[in-house]
Amino acid sequence: MIYLKLFLTFFKIGAVSFGGGYAMIPLIREAVLSHGWLTEEELVDFIAVAESTPGPVAVNIATFIGSTKAGLLGSIISTLGVITPSFIIILIIAAILKNLLKYKGVQGFLAGIRPVIVALILGTAVTIGLSTLFAFSDVSVKPVPNLMGIIIFLCLLAVHFGCRLIAKKKPSPIIMILLSAGLGILFNSIM
Amino acid sequence: MKEKKENILLKLFLSFFKIGAFTFGGGYAMIALLENEFVANKKWLTKDEFLDMVAIAESTPGPVAINSATYIGYKLTGFLGSLISTVAVALPSLIIIYIISLFFNAFMEFKYVAYAFTGIRVCVVYLIASAGIKMFKGLKKTPLTLTVFTLTLITFIAFSLFAVNFSSIYFILIGGLIGIFTTCIFKCKKEVSKE
Repeated sequence: MIYLKLFLTFFKIGAVSFGGGYAMIPLIREAVLSHGWLTEEELVDFIAVAESTPGPVAVNIATFIGSTKAGLLGSIISTLGVITPSFIIILIIAAILKNLLKYKGVQGFLAGIRPVIVALILGTAVTIGLSTLFAFSDVSVKPVPNLMGIIIFLCLLAVHFGCRLIAKKKPSPIIMILLSAGLGILFNSIM
Repeated sequence: MKEKKENILLKLFLSFFKIGAFTFGGGYAMIALLENEFVANKKWLTKDEFLDMVAIAESTPGPVAINSATYIGYKLTGFLGSLISTVAVALPSLIIIYIISLFFNAFMEFKYVAYAFTGIRVCVVYLIASAGIKMFKGLKKTPLTLTVFTLTLITFIAFSLFAVNFSSIYFILIGGLIGIFTTCIFKCKKEVSKE
């Protein structure tokens, strides 16, 4: 039953994704690839859409996957799935366990998962990077460099460091998405 | 709070709906807007209450925006408030993304859109890496956290390339257990040295 599967998958993701939107991407990627709900490429496309539309990235991705798999009801159920754990946990903290975060064990748990979350996000950047820039998703396929992709990546890095140098801050994600879209159109039209 | 409860509920709904509809860039951008709305404008929360809320929203699982909405809603009007705020903050996403999802595949058929997405896919790699690096900079670096970080990173990439099926949830749980374990040892040591 697709509705139950969607709800449980997103419920699980909502319940363990400490550290906000980006921390959810490794978990979402695993879930959608293992269920065969999206290809890696479709997922990456959709992360871009979720980033450039308002609202929490995790909710956006859940809604999209739910809708493509099971229509309007699917999107509502997936969204409910991803927000329900937050709702329950926060209610418990706000109503009963006001000092939950002050317990040594809880602080230890949170301190222990922090480096893991950062590693999962960077690890996902590496694996999505390898598959996008080198078509290298696992050891059974031969890596083929995607020259255009690599050039676009270098352009983005140049803009990133240029901005840091001149404006002393990171360029906004939306600007970078628009820029990369422009570069994609430009290079594809030339070649 | 002297206002009628229904009034507050309506205002909570509108505030969170607005925040859900206009914040780009995820949870952290939302925190600035929430502060503006609830501390500076409406004065429904004090600065300290707000900071407590942020600490809780950031250290519990789930999207920061949802966590904040549930918490603020509960603080102001109890269960009903938390329910209304949570639904309100997720509703714009649901509406906008549902509409996009209906046209997404047709949209991708356009040649120039497909071209644009070959570039955008590369940008997603950049965005995830840049979020990860930012979090790495904020990480408290001790021998323990750096070891856990490095081992997780290497294992995660190796498992992914060799197509080993190992859920990230296990990485998170193992990290948590290591954290609890080391806190306990540290505490025991302290107690022993006291004696």
